[in-house]
Amino acid sequence: MPSLGADMDEGTLVEWLKQPGDRIHKGDILAVVETQKGAIEIEVFSDGVFRDCLASPGDRVPVGEVIAILDSGKASAAPTGKAALAVPVADAKALQEPLARGRKVTPAARRLAQESGMDISRVVPDGTGVVGLQQVRAHAAITGPPAVPTGRIDLKEMRKAIAAAMARSKREIPHYYVSSDIDVTALMDWLAEENAARSVADRLLYAVPLFCILARTLLETSELNGQYEAGEFSPSQSVHAGIAIAMRGGGLIAPAIRDVAGKGLDELRVSLTDLVGRVRSGRLRSSELSGATVTFSNLGERTADTLMPIIYPPQVAIIGCGQIAPRPWVKDGEVHIRQIMSITVAGDHRVSDGRSAARFLSRLEKRLAKPEVS
Amino acid sequence: MNDLELSDLVKRVLFDVAPDLEGEPVDPKIPFREQFEFDSMDFLNFIIGLHQASGAQIPEADYPQLASLDDCVSYLKARHL
Repeated sequence: MPSLGADMDEGTLVEWLKQPGDRIHKGDILAVVETQKGAIEIEVFSDGVFRDCLASPGDRVPVGEVIAILDSGKASAAPTGKAALAVPVADAKALQEPLARGRKVTPAARRLAQESGMDISRVVPDGTGVVGLQQVRAHAAITGPPAVPTGRIDLKEMRKAIAAAMARSKREIPHYYVSSDIDVTALMDWLAEENAARSVADRLLYAVPLFCILARTLLETSELNGQYEAGEFSPSQSVHAGIAIAMRGGGLIAPAIRDVAGKGLDELRVSLTDLVGRVRSGRLRSSELSGATVTFSNLGERTADTLMPIIYPPQVAIIGCGQIAPRPWVKDGEVHIRQIMSITVAGDHRVSDGRSAARFLSRLEKRLAKPEVS
Repeated sequence: MNDLELSDLVKRVLFDVAPDLEGEPVDPKIPFREQFEFDSMDFLNFIIGLHQASGAQIPEADYPQLASLDDCVSYLKARHL
């Protein structure tokens, strides 16, 4: 059971998406695990063969316990006996769950199944292999109420997870805060012009160029980008940015987009849309929950001016962006009305000082003044 | 399309971009931002969905006219959809 963040101590196996005996490839989704952050897709890190599963749907498993045996084919002492043993197991499973392969489960169906405590892997899909609400309801009508209810997405649980992570942060990380009001008129003007030339579907939220510029500026301030573990800071060569996304009804989650600085605007737009969509439908991937090297928390339109964010361990910085609002602003000795955003860096004193954050903000201000050459 | 069909179209788009709201009752007068904690991304996805489902070209300047269900129905109706 992988750890999907500093605040996770156990997970509930929802379903296997591969069966023992299947060939697996790096990036394949092996299983779905229910956590305090919703249903998470567990990815495979190397090619090989899925030998055996040691947990069943509905099992609550502590972090670190073995749930599956994967054979990368590298170990010379590949247990042939074990492999041979795995074959009949696979056959038995296949008989019990003949329809578990190549199925697609809609998020709504998954939620309904979870809420009614149903094992989704036993629901018969329609002719095209899709398990939808109709199939779940039909299954419920046949089988009646289940004997063992399993977990469901629970905002109270998520609140506990947030509390645990933030309490650890405040306990362990000596925070400092450095903030600047930055004129983003040039960015907003550039964006309005850019969006006027784009079709509806391709328009950019200001968060897209903003995150892009934040990430590129962070590459020059390595002491704010990385992870601090076991008393040691490891700076990162790429910016894997956790994006704080609020859940409807309360709660917050900050899954990571990898290598934000290396992405073009449209690539980042697509990643961000995809990520928010999967947060809303409760389907994140394991690598998105543990790989972040920094977090961006953008309050967005019609919210508030300033936020003082709390670092998510094991990261060492978080950048908070307030709403953009028109303000009186002195430029070239005169007062103008400009679009202003307050940006705050929370840094970790075990790794850096306020001076690093101040340097970052001053570089950021220069880049934001010329967004077209970002 | 009549008002009811337009209202159904808007609701379908709404539930497509916010699947976690599926089945929620929609008050036609209250802006989505207030009613459903819509953020900028939700709203942009909603506009994209509305464009795809109705074929209407929606310039950025018109976004404030699409705040609630009633707003959307009036806006689409004015474009003879």
